Amino acid sequence: MSFRFLVNGAPAEVEVPGMRRLLDVLREDLGLTGTKEGCGEGECGACSVILDGQVVDACLVPICQVDGHIVRTVEGLSLAARERGALDALQEAFLERGAAQCGICTPGMLMAARAYLDAGGGAEEGPIREAIAGNLCRCTGYTKIVDAIAATASGEA
Amino acid sequence: MPAEPPIDVPGHLFEAYELLTASHAAGIPMTPIAGGTDLMVQITGELREPPARMLDLSRIDALRGIALEQGSLVLGARTTYAEIRRSALCREHLPALVEAAATIGAAQIQNRGTIGGNVANASPAGDTLPILLAADATILVGGQRGEREIAVGAFFTGYRATALAPDELILQVRLPLPKGRQIRFRKVGTRRAQAISKVVMAVAWRETGGTGWSDVRVALGSVAATPIRAAATEGVLEGALPTPEVADRAAEALAGELSPIDDVRSTAEYRRTVAARVLHRLLREAGGW
Amino acid sequence: MPTRTLTPVIDRGTAGALVVTPGEVAAGRATASPLRREGPAKLTGLAKYTDDLVFPGAWYGLTIRSTEAHARLVAIEPDPDVDWLSVVIATAADIPGDNVVSLIKDDQPMLVPVGGEIQHHAEPVALLAAPDRETLRRLKGHIRLVTEPLPPVFDPEASDHEFSRIQILHGDLDAGFEAADVILEGEYRVGHQEQLYIENQAMIAVPGDDGGIVIHGSMQCPYYIHNAMKRALKLSSVEARVIQEETGGGFGGKEEYPSIVALHAALLALKAKRPIRMIYDRHEDLAATTKRHPAIIRHRTGVKRDGTLVAQDIEVVMDGGAYCTLTPVVLSRGAIHAAGPYRCPNVRIRARATRTNTPPNGAFRGFGAPQTQFAAETHLNRLAERLRLSPAELRHRNAYRLGDTTPTGQVLRESVAAEEVLRMATDFSGFEAGRAATARRAAERIGSGTIPAGALWTGTDRTASGIGLALAWHGAGFTGSGEVRLASVASVELAADGRIRILTAQTEMGQGTKTIFPQMVAAELGVPIDSVDYAAQDTAEVPDSGPTVASRTAMVVGGLCIQAARRLKAEVEVRHAGQPFHEVFREDAASHGATRIDQRFEPYPGAEFDEETYTGDAYPAFGWAAAVASVDVDLDTGEVTVNDVVAVDDVGKVIHRVMCEGQVEGGTLQAVGYATIEEIKLEDGRYLNDRLATYLIPTSLDAPRIHTVLVEAPYSGVPHGAKGVGELPMDVAAPAVVAAIHDAVGAWITELPATPEKILAALHGAPTRGRAVGPGPDDAGAAAA
Repeated sequence: MSFRFLVNGAPAEVEVPGMRRLLDVLREDLGLTGTKEGCGEGECGACSVILDGQVVDACLVPICQVDGHIVRTVEGLSLAARERGALDALQEAFLERGAAQCGICTPGMLMAARAYLDAGGGAEEGPIREAIAGNLCRCTGYTKIVDAIAATASGEA
Repeated sequence: MPAEPPIDVPGHLFEAYELLTASHAAGIPMTPIAGGTDLMVQITGELREPPARMLDLSRIDALRGIALEQGSLVLGARTTYAEIRRSALCREHLPALVEAAATIGAAQIQNRGTIGGNVANASPAGDTLPILLAADATILVGGQRGEREIAVGAFFTGYRATALAPDELILQVRLPLPKGRQIRFRKVGTRRAQAISKVVMAVAWRETGGTGWSDVRVALGSVAATPIRAAATEGVLEGALPTPEVADRAAEALAGELSPIDDVRSTAEYRRTVAARVLHRLLREAGGW
Repeated sequence: MPTRTLTPVIDRGTAGALVVTPGEVAAGRATASPLRREGPAKLTGLAKYTDDLVFPGAWYGLTIRSTEAHARLVAIEPDPDVDWLSVVIATAADIPGDNVVSLIKDDQPMLVPVGGEIQHHAEPVALLAAPDRETLRRLKGHIRLVTEPLPPVFDPEASDHEFSRIQILHGDLDAGFEAADVILEGEYRVGHQEQLYIENQAMIAVPGDDGGIVIHGSMQCPYYIHNAMKRALKLSSVEARVIQEETGGGFGGKEEYPSIVALHAALLALKAKRPIRMIYDRHEDLAATTKRHPAIIRHRTGVKRDGTLVAQDIEVVMDGGAYCTLTPVVLSRGAIHAAGPYRCPNVRIRARATRTNTPPNGAFRGFGAPQTQFAAETHLNRLAERLRLSPAELRHRNAYRLGDTTPTGQVLRESVAAEEVLRMATDFSGFEAGRAATARRAAERIGSGTIPAGALWTGTDRTASGIGLALAWHGAGFTGSGEVRLASVASVELAADGRIRILTAQTEMGQGTKTIFPQMVAAELGVPIDSVDYAAQDTAEVPDSGPTVASRTAMVVGGLCIQAARRLKAEVEVRHAGQPFHEVFREDAASHGATRIDQRFEPYPGAEFDEETYTGDAYPAFGWAAAVASVDVDLDTGEVTVNDVVAVDDVGKVIHRVMCEGQVEGGTLQAVGYATIEEIKLEDGRYLNDRLATYLIPTSLDAPRIHTVLVEAPYSGVPHGAKGVGELPMDVAAPAVVAAIHDAVGAWITELPATPEKILAALHGAPTRGRAVGPGPDDAGAAAA
């Protein structure tokens, strides 16, 4: 079956079974390996992407449901992504505050944070922690992640 | 990479009915999928044989929507937990359901998981299900043979089993909103987010001006093979006011009538004790003592 | 060198983090916080982890595992009705070298051979490779293992197979107990804990035309894998090549276990003659890989009435699982730390580790010390209760000071900061005021008769708050002569093209290796950090500087790099009439060509350890940590909310403040999880918590605000004074949380994790139910479950 959708602003088309996971389509068919698989059970959030403005676990979304929809991945956060100077404010905050250590949770974490900020989320700790409660991090203890999101919220306000 | 069963993508409800009926007639079970937050986990985790064939519900707008109809809150089966949380109607008329939706998973799951999925999955730990039981909800199901409304109390027929026929879809969940009815909800989970419940409870009653509670419902999940109502406990509370003495008797009745199990998450002893204590606390708060 | 505390400026920020400003920034000293070198790649999704790599023509590998805990393997039977020609099966019979996962003892096979013994559930028996995962899924159920069950042993105290036994003796134990005014006994148990790196185990093996194999994978120790490959696959040092790829967390779980994954991938690659991807899914990773050693620790302690310790008799039993792996070293560290950071003239520590028919346990952050120090600290907190002394006061009375002697007879000649971290932790957290407040509230609760008399009912208070304290020490680097045996080499090179390169085997797994090594070398040479490259961890390129474990990376290997940089600087400057390195190095590279300095580890001065008698200097220095945890306990459900942890860590020297805090925060949360929700139940030797839905680590909503205070008590034996930070925070948060729970509800939970089930049972089973203060009965622990 053929499915067409937007990924990071660009059209994509794949010919795959309808039940193929969005995660596998992104990583294997489209070569966008920024989105990670941590568990395949929707528990860790490492595979988080933004689908029609909402953060979702790509391991739980069959591609037939993405047909005609809009997907945003970590690669699309800052489209001129290669130089440090081209990071967006959220990525810059993560970098400066040490919010990424091993980095494997980072893409998903950024997408959850980005969805939160895009929906008007503010700098209060409680709502930030709730926004990223579906993204497990084992390295940081979350402290600097919360800091970085709060700083971005304040800056972007 | 998990199994990828074949899937049909109908654009309208009647198409979905046709596909379901045809598949059923051909002896091939067809598994509908909405948000996928339960089903995809089961498929990826190889927790059972992968479905033979699937039916994508994501294009069927008839399954969406939140409305007030004749004194009931009507939720389309595809209503997500996030939509419930955002819905002014839900917040005003059934805040307990909003509270329950907020305890499910986290943002990613709430954006995709649906109330129809919670009902269809029929897990004994389904977090919205005690509220449906406590609210005397009905489930509207439909197929080519027509529509029927099933009382939620009759819907869960056994462990992960429902009264839904193989050629039917869940269309709506309908929650009556009788005047003066209160519902309280409490989930005791394994952690603060992304948690399956150890005990989940909803208690409903109607206050009738100081002469005791009426139409009492005490519903629980994670303490039996299905979500249940605690009949003996309801009997203690029916017609009574939430005094300390009534609360003690109700807690005792609840502990007495439950037969939970030990499992990976918790113990029978804990579930029984905590269910009683949670009820006691709820009655204490209602009684203001 | 004197102890220095980075003077904190209290700026609660949005997450309540304490911002610590360095007291001084000397020119050329590495105290700044340069941005993470590989940070932009990680933040844009461009960083490639193993599963992101593409190798054309690669097949997928899968491990066929035992489903029994103990059995004789009679036969491996692929289903005769299946066409196996299009796939590859490998068994022990295909192993070219020794069928062993080379580590300490040679007891663990790479694959169980036919006729051999299956020793644990999920033990690897056969390997399957196929062109696609659908084929793997279809075929994996069609390989039958024919077995004869054997009786399993699951209780480490019932096991008759001992991996290791240690005894530490100091003073005269009997005389000590004679002199005691009060004697307290206690038994403490800690369960398994899974490292739960968010990136699962992953290896890709690529065969070369020369019969060699290149491994690309997620790992902490490329040379461990290299050695294992040479042994099992009969490869030379050149034929076996191991390249670490971006690694998504390790915490010890990728210290020794990856050798198994790599060997399996390599064997399949040799047989299939094509690249093999061996990527575990989470379920397999949880079911099969190493965990923290469970332990039973018993204390019998004698004190004077004023709290002075006079006798400590400690027994430690660790469950090693089915094979030895690193168990003797875990037991060693656990034993050496078992008495806690306290002065006591008479100590006996008897420790042993035994085999059970469960998956082998292995390295996990702290490596034995979190287990034994949970016991030591909880026991000391119970002693404080018994003596009616503040837990802080009791610790100040006994904590090591300069010049004290440890149970192994080591004199602490420098770099002692026990009292410093203790004082900072209690000051910053308002510990004594917090305890007084909970005592007042408890008294009110008691007086009002509102503590529920029975299990089913509630009191007026819905929650109770408590505050708890713990102190710990953590030996820096490898135990005893471990570093000498490793004989690590690290190199710094001025390349012919003018780039400065650092060559070590130390891996980056988030802790900041790739940033702080260039930072330290650049500071030493006086050049911008961007002039310094950090070579990839490729066994074809870099020397064996030892494993990335034991918190030794910054301390030991960083120290070697600084020394190498100094020598390089001197050598180049001599060639240019003493002009400073940063002005002449490019010209020197152009004219003189490359200069490479290899720095080999030299034994620390005066440090000798006798492994027979367990006497001498166990470690060159110790790090010191204290934690104060504040909790709320839900009195209806026993659920614990950890609100805050003040974590004070002496790391010798802070090289990179932000990353150092990051280590403290991450380690603290892992210890909070260890104390509260990370539980593994077993049935017939199989982990029941084998999915992420059932093995629970803290989410952002479960995590406390962590306030980090960094202290510097430098060690003179390394050029920068650094003593390591990775593991130290792991030793204190768990007992601090358990002490806080006791402060809140009066129940001692002596078995980790302190689950709501245990807390609720303790509230109703405990004879002191209804009293939140006062000494408990003279029993071995009031807790339950």
